[in-house]
Amino acid sequence: MANTRELTCIVCPKGCPMKVTLEGKEILTIEGFTCPRGKQYAIDECTHPMRTLTSTVRTSGGGVVAVKTDRAIPKELMFDCMQVINKTVATLPVRVGDVLVSNLLDTGANLIVTANQE
Amino acid sequence: MKQIDLVIIGGGPAGMSAALAAYEQGVTNLLILERDSRLGGILRQCIHNGFGLHRFGEELTGPEYAWRYEEKVLEKKIPYLLDTMVLDISPEKVITATNTSLGVFQIQAKAVILAMGCRERPAGALALAGDRPSGIFSAGTAQKYVNMKSYLPGKNVVILGSGDIGLIMARRMTLEGAKVHAVCELMPYSGGLARNIEQCLNDFGIPLKLSHTVVKIHGKGRLEGVTIAKVDENRRPIPESFEYIPCDTLLLSVGLIPENELSKTAQVELSPITNGATVDQNRQTSTEGIFACGNVLHVHDLVDYVSEEAEIAGNAAAAYLRGALQSNLHIPLSTDGKIRYTVPQTITEEKEITVYFRVSDIFRNATVKVLDGDRVIYSRKKQKVAPGEMESILLKPVQFAGAKALKFTLEVE
Repeated sequence: MANTRELTCIVCPKGCPMKVTLEGKEILTIEGFTCPRGKQYAIDECTHPMRTLTSTVRTSGGGVVAVKTDRAIPKELMFDCMQVINKTVATLPVRVGDVLVSNLLDTGANLIVTANQE
Repeated sequence: MKQIDLVIIGGGPAGMSAALAAYEQGVTNLLILERDSRLGGILRQCIHNGFGLHRFGEELTGPEYAWRYEEKVLEKKIPYLLDTMVLDISPEKVITATNTSLGVFQIQAKAVILAMGCRERPAGALALAGDRPSGIFSAGTAQKYVNMKSYLPGKNVVILGSGDIGLIMARRMTLEGAKVHAVCELMPYSGGLARNIEQCLNDFGIPLKLSHTVVKIHGKGRLEGVTIAKVDENRRPIPESFEYIPCDTLLLSVGLIPENELSKTAQVELSPITNGATVDQNRQTSTEGIFACGNVLHVHDLVDYVSEEAEIAGNAAAAYLRGALQSNLHIPLSTDGKIRYTVPQTITEEKEITVYFRVSDIFRNATVKVLDGDRVIYSRKKQKVAPGEMESILLKPVQFAGAKALKFTLEVE
């Protein structure tokens, strides 16, 4: 029995509404995407949802600095990754792109700095 | 008094883009005045991703997007003053500002670009019944606390208003260990982007209660809870639907207002609809040589469009300084109400022009028509238009040549 899933694409602010028909886990059709990234999002969302995680980490200066995963991570690992992020301390100075944690929880994604701080 | 060709008020994405564009056009005697201690504006606290896809073809966080521009400002050695508050701009373009090293000082500018951004509609603008305990924040204030100061404002949160900042903060507070009980939206639709409802609310099972509002604040000293209610079609609370939610934090995401106090001192004409200046296609205001761009002009959904608009203003300011700014027409643009406003509000030059506009409600199968009297000069069908999504159309000189005035209308089937 085929079933359909309605998705809102999160790749860009257009937020295209998409419709995916599935037979079990197999994707039969995808409608509504307007770019290749949107199509890939629909495939990922129906097989293994992924999200880019952004947060802050503590710095050696006593404040915080913004960070992100440099690629999307499995959605269900967001809170586990947050635990690692909350234990990470960045030693100042930091520059945009500095890697703080490589291969975060074996996701293949690195935790990188997204703002400069002296 | 110091003489400077071009002074840019505000060092956020609009101010930096405008300065860079003007510099590229040969304006080297210029200065950015910024009240914060760093360049970057509000992007510095918008640590989430989703910026720059339109501009750079990649997904950046707010600070990364800001850095792309700050890096160029530094590289070109464009002068800027930080921690500097502009107090007054006269119609003659005398700028009065203050900072701790220069005291109060004045600059005579030949051209000015207003790029002050916007501020959030505050709690005081809502008629909320009950006391005023601590624990009520605008979403942007909470964003600053969490992302820049590392304070979590509370553990149990209700959010009123479904603007993008509220949605982003619902996710952010959840990731930091708070429980977001509900997002209440007075209107039957969200003012935020569809993607943010998906990734900020649905991902975390946070309910979006449309046609709901907060009717009472509970607690003295600290917020203890809120009473929410469903509203009828006239947006009046339905008593039978009252529901008490215990919480220690209420975030407000109920709209943004362009910050135009300085525009008023410069006697720039403001639009009662956008709360920003009325401008022509060059983003020149009613005062010659004063330009406006970014969220101080009208609130944008995407920073990418802010940068685009700021470049128009920067280029035009440079042309103005060269004495090359064309202005040989005067075509006012009006709207029918379903289309709330357009930017620009006038066309003064025969060249290709992108007109941005917003609608007043969600309309399906609507046709955007631009009329010159009875003559339709532009017509385009749209599957769906919504107040939360800025629309734009491109007009060519052949389409508006000879027109006295243009009216933007939306025909709904």
